[in-house]
Amino acid sequence: MDFGPYLMLASLEGAVMAAVLALTAVGLSLVFGVMRVVNVAHGEFFMLGAVLAWWIASHVGGPPALGFVAALILAPLAVGALAALADITILRRVDYDPERTIVATIGILYILQQVTLMTYGPEARPVEPPFNSRLALPWLEWGDTGLQMYWPWGLSTTSYKLFVIVAAVVVLLGVWALMSRTRIGLLMRATQLDRDMALAFGIPVERVYATVFGLGGALAALGAVLIVPIQQAHYLMGGDPLLLSFIVVIIGGLGSLPGTVVAAILIGLSDGIISVFFSPMLAKIFATLLVALVLVFRPQGLFGVKPR
Amino acid sequence: MSDSTKTVILHGGLLALLFLLQFLLPAYHHGNLARIMVLATFAMGYNVMFGYTGLLSLGHALFFAAGMYGMGLAMQYAGAGPVLAMSAGLVASIVVALVVGLLALRTAGVGFMIVTLMFAQAGYLIILYYGAWTRGDEGLVMPQALRMLGAIDFSQPGPRYFAALGLFATGFLLTLWMMRSPFGKVLIAIRENEERARMLGYDVFRYKLAAVVISGTLCGLAGAAYGLLFGYVGATFASVQYSIFPLLWVLLGGAGTVIGPLIGTLFMFYLIDLSSAVTSAYMLVAGVVLVLLTLFAPQGLAGELRARVWRGLP
Repeated sequence: MDFGPYLMLASLEGAVMAAVLALTAVGLSLVFGVMRVVNVAHGEFFMLGAVLAWWIASHVGGPPALGFVAALILAPLAVGALAALADITILRRVDYDPERTIVATIGILYILQQVTLMTYGPEARPVEPPFNSRLALPWLEWGDTGLQMYWPWGLSTTSYKLFVIVAAVVVLLGVWALMSRTRIGLLMRATQLDRDMALAFGIPVERVYATVFGLGGALAALGAVLIVPIQQAHYLMGGDPLLLSFIVVIIGGLGSLPGTVVAAILIGLSDGIISVFFSPMLAKIFATLLVALVLVFRPQGLFGVKPR
Repeated sequence: MSDSTKTVILHGGLLALLFLLQFLLPAYHHGNLARIMVLATFAMGYNVMFGYTGLLSLGHALFFAAGMYGMGLAMQYAGAGPVLAMSAGLVASIVVALVVGLLALRTAGVGFMIVTLMFAQAGYLIILYYGAWTRGDEGLVMPQALRMLGAIDFSQPGPRYFAALGLFATGFLLTLWMMRSPFGKVLIAIRENEERARMLGYDVFRYKLAAVVISGTLCGLAGAAYGLLFGYVGATFASVQYSIFPLLWVLLGGAGTVIGPLIGTLFMFYLIDLSSAVTSAYMLVAGVVLVLLTLFAPQGLAGELRARVWRGLP
């Protein structure tokens, strides 16, 4: 394959990655933005989404599409409820103290991961995609008779991968509408701006926190359900999304949702492209060092605005 | 009885007890206790930063691994003996601690936690990336012939226990002395109220940097000693899990106490040892303990002791 089509293939893979990453990272960013706490267990909510998707899909009979749709609806709801429960029983009791919350969520991380290991086991299991037709993609090139279109061998994607990208865009638009157009979004933004003032105005801040934490978990789970027909569900799969979400949220500016989405696209695409052309390990090393250095020298993120 | 007499009795008694235990314990627990003392030194190093200075790091595996690999690589590829290899580990951990401290201390709170986490993650990935030398997860087995100091063979249980006790006692007495010295008091002042310490004229950054370097060096020494005494150097010791462990040990034992790290390490070691006999999901215990500690006993065991029995516990 020539360089051009190869690059296009890498960017398509990167776009799928970016779509899922955007969902996961927006969940983390929402929690950080509104609640000012870092949820280290976020990757495990992602993992739970994938594992539950497998469990639901394997218990629903009929065509694979039916099981997948059931998983797409039920898994995020279940994970969201679990996250909200964790917020009410644990985080509320430590009063959202930033450091104690991190320690508590590290505890939650191990509990979720190890309970999954005990019940679901150490195997990696796939979920069948609802549809998965192969789509060959054309490529344009200057030939003898001017611009020609041809189908290079190997340049293809699947209908399911395109669906992932579309679905992620739809959900992100939904989150945007929720935050900017609805009453609950208004309450969340008010709580984010000034917690004490919101409380003084009679906003049930504790319920808002539980909702936000649940929503964050549900978004991670949704991203996982979308990816699980491409990757497999495994009890250790939460590590990478957590790290990447951290990277995205920090580069995008802590707590800024548009910044998070832009950074997710940037990181997802470049990760896809860099991993194709260079060693993925080297890409990861640079990414982690970049995050550390961004936090050290530009704590408001690359796109963030310095707090006044 | 004055506070300093009580301090001497408690801490001196503990060291004497550890010394005597080597003649009493059966072989299995004898080996375990040697391991626990080395890991407790790691925890004590962590405690200097987290317990006394109030800097919560999530990346201490980096220092442990720096010492361990500094020692291990020198032994494996340069044929260095124990003294030279340990010095290499010492230098490696000092350099790493200095660099991490200079960069990470520009941030605070959550930023500091994430920066240390990321540096440790980068360190772990670098160890895996240079797998040709470090042999990654598989690790390096230290050559037996080099683990000898004259006629003392560190792979034998007796000398191993003795060396572990020596390391532990050094860290233990160093922390005890440091925290009773003016320097330690300044660190505690920074933990309690950084702004006020700065206002009193202390160069807070320099004190914090010193705390990071002392902490990193102590952890690096523990890592180097672990590699030397147990003959194995592997990437697992650089993974996130080994950044969480010292936090867990110190939290459980009691942050900001001299005896806390040993108590926490001892408890957690046997808790995980017992549960790993039952299930492969032994880290569940660590998770449950972490959550319960943050909820019900944020001061840890020695912290409760300090609150209920003896307020002057250093």
